[in-house]
Amino acid sequence: MGVIGEAWTWLATGSHWSGADGVWNRLGQHLFLTFVCLAISCAVALPVAVLLGHIGKGGAIAVNISNAGRAVPTFAVLVLLLLSPLGSHGQWPTIIALVLFAVPPLLTNAYVGVSEADREVVEAARGMGMTGGQLIRRVELPLAFPLIMTGVRTAAVQVVATATLAALPGGGGLGRIITAGFRLTDTPQVVAGAVLVAALALLVEGAFVVLGLVLDPMRRKMGRRSAAFRRPPADQAPKAPALTS
Amino acid sequence: MADQNCLISNEWICGEYVRTRGQELTDATLQHVGITLASVAIGLVIAFPLALLARRRQSVAGPVLGLTTILYTVPSLAMFSLLLPVFGVSQAVVVTGLVLYSLTILVRNIMAGLASVPEDAREAARGMGYGPLRLLFGVELPLALPALMAGLRITTVSTVSLTTVGAIIGYGGLGNLIYEGMHSFFKAQVLTASVLCVALAVVADVVLLGVQRVLTPWARKRRKA
Repeated sequence: MGVIGEAWTWLATGSHWSGADGVWNRLGQHLFLTFVCLAISCAVALPVAVLLGHIGKGGAIAVNISNAGRAVPTFAVLVLLLLSPLGSHGQWPTIIALVLFAVPPLLTNAYVGVSEADREVVEAARGMGMTGGQLIRRVELPLAFPLIMTGVRTAAVQVVATATLAALPGGGGLGRIITAGFRLTDTPQVVAGAVLVAALALLVEGAFVVLGLVLDPMRRKMGRRSAAFRRPPADQAPKAPALTS
Repeated sequence: MADQNCLISNEWICGEYVRTRGQELTDATLQHVGITLASVAIGLVIAFPLALLARRRQSVAGPVLGLTTILYTVPSLAMFSLLLPVFGVSQAVVVTGLVLYSLTILVRNIMAGLASVPEDAREAARGMGYGPLRLLFGVELPLALPALMAGLRITTVSTVSLTTVGAIIGYGGLGNLIYEGMHSFFKAQVLTASVLCVALAVVADVVLLGVQRVLTPWARKRRKA
């Protein structure tokens, strides 16, 4: 119990929150990295996945990338990038690693969501004379929305986790509080940093769950009236397990 | 002589490194395999009764699935750090963390596997006088094997990769070499350990796939037909 009390004292000490090594600064770096890398990953992965899903090709690639992403240790990639010529370019090794590990869940979920959108509905829409673009925008994307959001949520949690690890090779973010604690053999600080990181990851996960429900186009249109016609809840859809690191 | 130079000039690929540090590499690999095996085995031993309990009682299923999902969200560096005061600096920190991660996928997949057993098969077994235990191990478990093995493969592969993070407390198997190499900018060591780690994951996956095929001969026959 002693350590928990001391970790609490660490968190309650105002001076630990301010300054370049303080919690606020590290949190800011962490959130900035998360936001930028998630935005880049979505911009790269989602259009490709939606297009592949629309034409129904490249499924094997989408799934295999996800499996390969699991086998490659995040830590190894972070260190390899640091030692590569890119290592001398500030934040770039971290950003590249974060994007690399955020892409697989985005790609796989969006691909599965679009390619497995209810075929009858898609056929009906085609029969109504919708063009390919209309089909994607008005039918496939709304139907695939929950799975796409699952991918975004998984990727966001993945980015938060990877950004924490980036502290080992000297990147910024909340992980630095943990690594500094290890260097000082200050266990309370290690625990306090870990609590902050875990809380951030859970908050990000929760925020995206809420965001997914609020933004869901099908839910907004149908409201509660026609519960019977709703798609099965996203939980029952094949959930690609998140890749933690 | 050219091989000697690759250590001095700090090249990525260096045969001399593998030759001179063979023992170090073997030790790290063995620690890596040991941590992975222990974590996955303990995870399986805990996940199986949990899944059975969750299947029987809806009131257990919710909390179990919710809790394992929350655990899965905690980043590994934080997970190991949080377990540090519990176990001190020891292998138990890394193994416990990895066990907690493994539960998420194992429990889900075992439950999915058991749920996929056709009710007809259960009825037939009961009609033949199978008791609950024989039903579970003689009928349900074999039929649930494909889903269980799929979960086991995912868990094993991600456990191999997550073990590297254990380097933060010195119990990361090949991760230790990556960690050391990071501080000394030793490219050959980092690359060799990373490649070995990926190879380990691939080998584990292939071995488990083989085990699955041996354990489910009926699936093979059906595929051939």
